[in-house]
Amino acid sequence: MAKVWYTEDHEWLSVENGIATVGITDYAQEQLGDIVFVEAPEVGKQVTKGDTAVVIESVKAASDVYAPVDGEIVEANDALTADPALVNSAATSNGWLWKMKLADESQLTGLLDEAGYLKHIG
Amino acid sequence: MGETQDLKFLPLDDVHKAAGAKFGGFAGWNMPLTYPAGVMKEHLFTREHAGLFDISHMKLFVVSGIGAAAMLSKTCPIDAAALTLHQSKLSFFLNDEAGILDDLIVTRLGDDRFMVVCNAGNAEADEAHMRDVGRHFNVVIEPLDRVFLALQGPDAAAVLVDAGIGDSGLLFMTGVEPRENWFMSRSGYTGEDGFEIGLPEKDARDLVAKLTADERVMWIGLAARDSLRLEAGLCLHGSDIDPSTDPAMAALLWAIPKDLRETGTFIGADALRAKIAAGAREKRVGLKPEGRQPVRGGAPIVDENGANVGRVTSGGFGPSAGHPVAMGYVATALAKPGAGKLFAEVRGQRIPIEVSPLPFTPHRYVKG
Repeated sequence: MAKVWYTEDHEWLSVENGIATVGITDYAQEQLGDIVFVEAPEVGKQVTKGDTAVVIESVKAASDVYAPVDGEIVEANDALTADPALVNSAATSNGWLWKMKLADESQLTGLLDEAGYLKHIG
Repeated sequence: MGETQDLKFLPLDDVHKAAGAKFGGFAGWNMPLTYPAGVMKEHLFTREHAGLFDISHMKLFVVSGIGAAAMLSKTCPIDAAALTLHQSKLSFFLNDEAGILDDLIVTRLGDDRFMVVCNAGNAEADEAHMRDVGRHFNVVIEPLDRVFLALQGPDAAAVLVDAGIGDSGLLFMTGVEPRENWFMSRSGYTGEDGFEIGLPEKDARDLVAKLTADERVMWIGLAARDSLRLEAGLCLHGSDIDPSTDPAMAALLWAIPKDLRETGTFIGADALRAKIAAGAREKRVGLKPEGRQPVRGGAPIVDENGANVGRVTSGGFGPSAGHPVAMGYVATALAKPGAGKLFAEVRGQRIPIEVSPLPFTPHRYVKG
């Protein structure tokens, strides 16, 4: 059973067997507005917590999405190439951004659980 | 989106809050950026029906007096005395080097009475400039406190008729004072047919209530105003034109009568003549990025050898065009479609970008 974590930067991570699926929260997609392009991350790339992993372009502006933990990008969501608006319509499911292999699962303990995230966005 | 503490609030701020607007700072004002429908739907709705915009951040000035036409013909490259009654004209305030201090619309309302509509961010400087030049003319410059609304889109005229306002017989780029303290012109910033109406707050609240009760009307925020004007190929001062650009390089000489380019005595005339004679080194063009990724203002433009040949000044996604749209400046030799391979640099990548005719979506003005 996957466990879901959140960051203060409005990302979610669903972790199962050392692989995290990462996306942005519904709150975040609503703030960004209509998303028209998602710059796919490079599969195989090592990222460090805080690195820009993906850039999301809305009609209005470009926004960075940061790696929430250290690890290796193992998959990008190819469906977003044809339909970037999936991030708006299904931010926490089919609109996921990338999957990454965690370098250090203990980093997860510094993240928020759902209750903590809901409190964060108030 | 900027500091919120020192921002000015629109007179109808409460109406926008009630409509669910998200706000952001623009030119010193707390402006509705989007409403719950979102920028994409707002943009498309405007092109299909009628979008209602609160543009009260823009400034209206009445310039009147027996020296009014002469003064405006000094500050702007126009022959204000040759404007017919009710005629509107896009023009500029230029500095002595022909740099564009602001773009504005001048409308003739009477023999000695004109309306000048300026951009929000330049309103104070524009007023100071007019007062400075105005010292030499018999003229009164009166800034107006008005709510300023724009209704844009193919249903705009019918909506105004049903709201009891009518179109006052206006055609594109004409303006009148249909009621006391009202100013109404058939113009806009979307490429669509539409109207701009300046009016007292109380009247505005009544009109807004009528308009928003019409299902052909939707509030439209600043985000869609920007994507609409960009598709229409219209310049944003501060981005696409500014004091470092002149009307020649900005491809806006069409707004300056030919005889004035040659013999005019407006401020900046000599510098503009010299620039036209020398030929612009770079020109403003439409730019179409390849693929789906928007290219934003500020991105450098390079040729296939990586040499810098220009810059993007505005860019985003065009909801009606269905692809990213942009405008910017490129070296004159490259400033026509197919003249050379160009790339915009975005986050270390080179995105192919081609010079494209403007507008990206056809203008649908009602010219009679």
